[in-house]
Amino acid sequence: MRTLTQEQVEVGSVLPELSLDLTPTVVVSTALATMDFTPVHHDVEIARAQGSKDIFLNILTTMGLIERYVTDWAGPAAVIRRINVKLGVPAYAGDRLSLRGSVAAHAEGEVTVEVRGMVSLGDHATGTVTLVLPAGQP
Amino acid sequence: MTGDGELRELAAKQAALGEVAGAPAADPVNVPMIRHWLSAMGDANPVYLDTGVAPPAMAQVWTMQAPVSGDRSPVNVMMTALDAAGYTGVVATNCEQTYHRYARVGELLTPATRFTDLAGPKRTALGVGFFATWVITWYADAGEPVAEMLFRVLKFRPPEKRAEPYPLRPAVNRDTAFFWEGVRRGELRVQSCADCGELRHPPGPMCPRCHSVNRAHVVAGGEGVVYSYVVHHHPPVPGRETPFVVAVVELPEGVRIVGNVVGCPPESVDVGMPVRVTYRPMDDELVLPVWTPRES
Repeated sequence: MRTLTQEQVEVGSVLPELSLDLTPTVVVSTALATMDFTPVHHDVEIARAQGSKDIFLNILTTMGLIERYVTDWAGPAAVIRRINVKLGVPAYAGDRLSLRGSVAAHAEGEVTVEVRGMVSLGDHATGTVTLVLPAGQP
Repeated sequence: MTGDGELRELAAKQAALGEVAGAPAADPVNVPMIRHWLSAMGDANPVYLDTGVAPPAMAQVWTMQAPVSGDRSPVNVMMTALDAAGYTGVVATNCEQTYHRYARVGELLTPATRFTDLAGPKRTALGVGFFATWVITWYADAGEPVAEMLFRVLKFRPPEKRAEPYPLRPAVNRDTAFFWEGVRRGELRVQSCADCGELRHPPGPMCPRCHSVNRAHVVAGGEGVVYSYVVHHHPPVPGRETPFVVAVVELPEGVRIVGNVVGCPPESVDVGMPVRVTYRPMDDELVLPVWTPRES
């Protein structure tokens, strides 16, 4: 797997979109992989009784998917420094999560990517990921 | 119920406690949990398993635990107080993670939490609430910070559930407003002539006896007898289940009023049946006077 170098990225560079079907399997398996056993992430009846339409993604997974989205693009040698996310509408099972991003800043070796994760109800998560890319071959 | 000022005072106390250490992770950073996480996320990045480090966004995963009852951590004390003050709804609004370095396989992480801020009450789309913010730092064995997370939630007071609006509304105008005003107060008002005292119902602009347009009203005792009735089976009426009884009720005050008879099977209603007025909320705004059987 190749990694982008600092020279290959410029402000305005657009990341390829990642679109994920949020099947119940995705919602449940990610909740359990993040050790989050809150019933609203795996038990439809409890989620509905608490006023939700269905089970929904937990926040640790939202963070994990954003991290994956950016490293899918940047490559394995990229080092993630920060992920800042503003949380919006829930991402329910049965919906589709589309992640889009673009490079917002690039200075002193650090690259800041603006990321937006959308579902049918609107913005599920918006924010920035800051990472360090290796320098290219001299 | 705790006041907003007391909540802010309690928040300041929790913040003054500074960083409070939590229980260390149950397990050191380990390959099986990393593999499980990568698989669930669909993350094909080979760097983690190749070099023996954890995906940085897993920071919180290592110290996740079932909620402990009687947990007196600053965050939990604050959340409990907000619940008790009626701010029972919760929604996370911000999650900001900083990674000083990637955690290595074999390291045991220990979290420490600092309650930092309570802001509010603020009016939000979900209801009035407080924004509570805290920071968790994860330390490696030698007390070296590996990652930290700022987390903010909105604790809000859920708005009262609103009933479906009843689809039929009475005609309220200058002639009838006094009647509906009475219903809201639990009074059965009957229009009277301000000059000769004659009672009339339904309300109208002029006295049928002396032709005066000066109006007043009296409050009826609330008892009556069924003068006539029909059982409505068909056609369907929006907001109602058939069959229902529509009766003309004669009041001892001398007027007759149309209303539903409720609280008994339709076949038990009969002419001459003694009834008493009661007030039924149809939705969050509309109340209708209806009649129920009374012992004669």
